[in-house]
Amino acid sequence: MLTRRRLIRTAGAGLALAGSGLGLEAARARGLDLPAGLPEGIRSGATLDTLPGKKPLIKLTYRPPNYETPISYFRTAITPNDAFYVRYHLARIPEVDAATWKLAVGGDGAERQTEITLDELKRMPATEVVAVNMCSGNRRGLFQPHVPGVEWGYGAMGCARWKGTRLKDLLDKVGLKKEAIEIVFDGADEPISDKTPDFVKSIPTWKAIEDTTIVAYEMNGQPLPHLNGFPARVIVPGWTGVYWMKHITSIKAVTKPESGFWMSTAYRIPLGKFPVVARFTSQETAVNTPITEMVVNSLITSSADDSKVKVGVPVTIGGIAWDGGYGINSVEVSSDGGKTWAAAKLGEDLGRFAFRTFSFDYVPKTRGKQTVMARATNRIGQGQPTELIANPAGYHNNVVHHITLEAA
Amino acid sequence: MRAFTIAFANSLAAVALLAAAAVALPAAAEEQPVELKKAPGLDTVEANCSGCHSLDYIYMNSPFPNAALWDAEVSKMIKAFGAPINEADAKVIADYLKKNYGS
Repeated sequence: MLTRRRLIRTAGAGLALAGSGLGLEAARARGLDLPAGLPEGIRSGATLDTLPGKKPLIKLTYRPPNYETPISYFRTAITPNDAFYVRYHLARIPEVDAATWKLAVGGDGAERQTEITLDELKRMPATEVVAVNMCSGNRRGLFQPHVPGVEWGYGAMGCARWKGTRLKDLLDKVGLKKEAIEIVFDGADEPISDKTPDFVKSIPTWKAIEDTTIVAYEMNGQPLPHLNGFPARVIVPGWTGVYWMKHITSIKAVTKPESGFWMSTAYRIPLGKFPVVARFTSQETAVNTPITEMVVNSLITSSADDSKVKVGVPVTIGGIAWDGGYGINSVEVSSDGGKTWAAAKLGEDLGRFAFRTFSFDYVPKTRGKQTVMARATNRIGQGQPTELIANPAGYHNNVVHHITLEAA
Repeated sequence: MRAFTIAFANSLAAVALLAAAAVALPAAAEEQPVELKKAPGLDTVEANCSGCHSLDYIYMNSPFPNAALWDAEVSKMIKAFGAPINEADAKVIADYLKKNYGS
């Protein structure tokens, strides 16, 4: 299985792109606006690269492909399909043929087993939800001290209008037994080596049967892009992207907790460290628990860090805020490094799972550098921390975002 | 299967690659070669690591890891992800990573 990769490497000697000690300035010269807090290796090595069907995105790794969305696409609540980030754990990613694709639904926690085609899925009652899909490790690269993993900046996320079939309706087709404690997802992507654990994820049954948990075949009115899960993926609003299985091929109700590597070892957070409400009790241990819902967060997107502004000339500070599905209550902006805060105006409400835009009119009054910050609060009173909550895998980074503006 | 295109200076290698691509599923088009620092052990890194992932994973996670962290990463690749790397090669790989991409 390794032969082709060796060929790639051998054939490519001399076509180096990275690792030559280029810094942040060089990254900017390449059209990248990378946060200064990222590890030097990715600051010098990330490139703008165009995957099939995509706009140029920030390439962190080729294979498996991990590409993040430039911040400028987050000035609106909906992220365009061709700018939506791409994240895979495993490198064998087949292009699924919609005509022959089948979704198996069943498991030992179901009364029956069935298979349905894409046409059959689309004939079932459809529902829509606008929801943020964010990688659990978004902003991992900004952890101090750094932790290993995909060193994401701010762009491992996006918000789309998803259309599909309620997962509950699919499960009703096979009849959930009362002992069914988790619903397990598998997709068409596979590891290169058969010794590598296949990417399999589960969610608790209570989350699976919520009205907003769906199997989506449309994203912003279009079929899902291949690299975002064509022909269908699971949408788990409020929860981090790891559960939103792409290229879904199997949905199983189970009576015992899913025990594979991707549940038992990966994607876990220390117990009790984060203010999350949604619990996944069948997977909890004495020390840790699977990551579940997103924590409240916000991002300034109107101006790049270190932008120039003029004293006395109004500038609109804008951005987006989101959380784990309780809904954004307020966003506040500070233009003096956090000493004073004022309420921003919230944009259109596309639902409690969506990005909520905000804007704040600011007039720089003095020359020099100004630290502009934004912080959101959700409808259950949760806010954002000013200090990072350390955890081994680099999840849930919702430290208040700031940019520096230079007024002249 | 998607067409798989890479710009190559060496046309013989390109022919060999296309032949190989016919039996392996491409992860994404336009994968460019990733060149790591030329130092002892690089051949072993390329031979053992690039089968399952592109080598940009290595510089992406640098230069912050200390020796223990790089050891843990190599061990994770073998124990958690089943990489078929023998003990001697694992040591060469870990040494290369620590010397060239460590803190």
